[in-house]
Amino acid sequence: MATVEAHAPATAAGHRRTGIWDWITTIDHKKVGILYGVTALIFLFIGGLEAMVIRTQLMQPDMKVVSPDFYNELFTMHGLTMIFLVGMPIAVAMFNYIVPLQIGARDVAFPRLNALSYWVFLLGGLFLYSGFFIGQAPNNGWFGYSPLTSLQYSPGLNMDFYALGLQILGIASIMGGINFITTIVQLRAPGMKFMRMPLFTWMAFVTSFIMVTALPVLAVALFFLTFDRFWGTNFFQASAGGDPILWQHLFWLFGHPEVYILILPGFGVVSDVIPTFSRKPLFGYAVMVYAGALIAFIGWGVWSHHMFATGIGTIADAFFTTSTMIIAIPTGVKIFNWLATMWGGRLRFTTSMKFAVSMVAMFTIGGVSGIMHAVSPADLQQTDTYFVVAHFHYVLIGGLISAVISGLYYWYPKITGRLMSEKIGNWNFWLFFISFNVTFFPMHFIGLLGMPRRVYTYAPELGLGGWNLLATLGAYVMGVSMLLLAWNLVRSLKKGKPAGNNPWQAATLEWATSSPPPEYNFAQLPEIRGRMPLWDNPDAYDERVWKEPEGGVHMPNPSYWPILTATGIAATLILFMTHLWWAPLLGLGWTMVCVFNFAFEPAG
Amino acid sequence: MEATSHAAAHPPTATGLPTLKVGFWTFLGSETLFFGALISTFLVYKHGSVSGPYAHEVINIPLTSFSTFVLLMSSLCMVLALAAVQKDSRKGALLWLFMTAFLGATFLGCQAYEFTSFYHEGLTLQSNLLGSTFFVLTGFHGAHVTMGVIWLLTLWFQTWSGRIGSGDALKVEVAGLYWHFVDIAWIVIFTVVYLLE
Repeated sequence: MATVEAHAPATAAGHRRTGIWDWITTIDHKKVGILYGVTALIFLFIGGLEAMVIRTQLMQPDMKVVSPDFYNELFTMHGLTMIFLVGMPIAVAMFNYIVPLQIGARDVAFPRLNALSYWVFLLGGLFLYSGFFIGQAPNNGWFGYSPLTSLQYSPGLNMDFYALGLQILGIASIMGGINFITTIVQLRAPGMKFMRMPLFTWMAFVTSFIMVTALPVLAVALFFLTFDRFWGTNFFQASAGGDPILWQHLFWLFGHPEVYILILPGFGVVSDVIPTFSRKPLFGYAVMVYAGALIAFIGWGVWSHHMFATGIGTIADAFFTTSTMIIAIPTGVKIFNWLATMWGGRLRFTTSMKFAVSMVAMFTIGGVSGIMHAVSPADLQQTDTYFVVAHFHYVLIGGLISAVISGLYYWYPKITGRLMSEKIGNWNFWLFFISFNVTFFPMHFIGLLGMPRRVYTYAPELGLGGWNLLATLGAYVMGVSMLLLAWNLVRSLKKGKPAGNNPWQAATLEWATSSPPPEYNFAQLPEIRGRMPLWDNPDAYDERVWKEPEGGVHMPNPSYWPILTATGIAATLILFMTHLWWAPLLGLGWTMVCVFNFAFEPAG
Repeated sequence: MEATSHAAAHPPTATGLPTLKVGFWTFLGSETLFFGALISTFLVYKHGSVSGPYAHEVINIPLTSFSTFVLLMSSLCMVLALAAVQKDSRKGALLWLFMTAFLGATFLGCQAYEFTSFYHEGLTLQSNLLGSTFFVLTGFHGAHVTMGVIWLLTLWFQTWSGRIGSGDALKVEVAGLYWHFVDIAWIVIFTVVYLLE
């Protein structure tokens, strides 16, 4: 605990550095995970606030809470926030904290690259939001359809923030994906075979593959858009022979795999939580793994179901209808396996379990409406209406966000050493569950009765004032339930009951070490012999697992090059805004300086 | 042999492979999709330009065949450089790393010449679809080659100053993976852009 020289073994158990500088220079996967998680939760509340304003505007016909232009910015930023600044980073936060623990590793494969991913993500998110400060946030929807994004129709800076901001965020995700794939391939503890990994780690693995392959396609689409807007290229200029539909193909070629980037981590959480609180191993483990991989694989062949309305032709319609329906099969397998896991189990309905079970139910509703617009003729009726809004909020809030909250209640004691309040959690769950359905179930009707999405108001003659009022009231209550969650997260830091190593009597490795884990995670691990090490062989996992050995554990030194390199990467893209051809080169030069220092920094 | 020499520097991994290499292969997988999207766009737009100059009016196949050959030879030099490092031949490493970088720079010189002459013939980023797709696709490839040349020169400098020995063959091998990838990407681009009718 005394001051240590830079090259000496840097850590001791309980040696917790918490100053600002330590957070800035940390390369510990657990601290990076916390940074990711806290940032994503803050963005979740910002995105939720945007949703509240949107719902207020739509509470009754012809309301004038916000201007049509500001409404466009609101729904665009709400979508971008929830997908790029909440859904992805909160999954990455959990990967960061949990995956190395679940496979018995001391850190991720490239700890400094991991910190770099976070800082790039943070700067990208801040840049995307900076448009609001000059009143020109992105306003063409998160999908940024061409030709609306051309200079002709979007002369402001709005879509510049979009094109460059998403580019920065994409770089962070690709680096993150590379890191997790390598970590899982390389750093599994002795005996931790692939088919012994917890499902959450498996889904992190599959998700990382999608991130690494899907984001580069978005990068290319965004480069085309950037060049069209800044240097007058013709990629989406119909007058020069360019095809605006190409944007949709590239965007959805990224965009549909992106859907699985968002939901597969949620599947992973639920697949870990349900067995723990059913006191039964996951039903059909191998099939669950294959189903996840299959979803990711088929997910590459369904993108045009977002484009039925563009008239892609009968054969393409038929193909993408079929492929989309096929993807329901592995998804259905997962749902039945979760149910079968609970069947006959000793169920404990903790808050975490409630959110997990409701995730299964709500995701199924979203999945069923998804099948409805997989059918291309039906989709022509549903597309661009609130029916679609209902669908994807059921999968993303009912599915992803429920799973995330389940994971928060589940792993919070591991991260902080204290349990969250079950009493507040109970209120949190029921308010959330009821208000979520009150908000979004009516949108099925609102949509089928003809209310278009992305429009700032509606006429009283449509007769939808009542349903919309109900949805808005539901949204407010949902806001309250999220405040309860925030309160529970904050108060339990100090007032929560001490958790101990394994408060849920769970079976996977992260529960073998102390709560919170020491910086090195595990001092030593016995050879892993099965999927449920802590159930199969509880006596082997005593304090030797986490007690610091004589002489300490050698861990790499903190580094400030990740954050500096991140400023270089962000600056390179942000400096496009100057419209000076040489300005991005300045950013690139600074990036190169940082990369050299990054590369030649002694490992410590 | 290699495994034992690295045992001290790298803790054992689950697969026995060096972690840097696994990470780098993953990165190259990502790059494949990046170039895949660029090349697909070029193909989709190949006959889409509504005004000239058209491809057959500007493209100089002999020059590009030469630069393609140069790039292919640079891959050969890269192989020889790695072999030299593994055999602990500092002289060989210096020679072949330099040759690889030199041939890469020659390729870039050809590209600069080509871009300039296209520009004078009226093909620009803005002129038509061919200009947009051609310059962005080959420009991104050129940027990759530039990064590779900088990387190779860095390795050359490190070898020269004695900071890379046979124990660091992995560093050269990973640079080689990158270099070969960029070369293979060019073979596809050359075929699609210059040879396909």
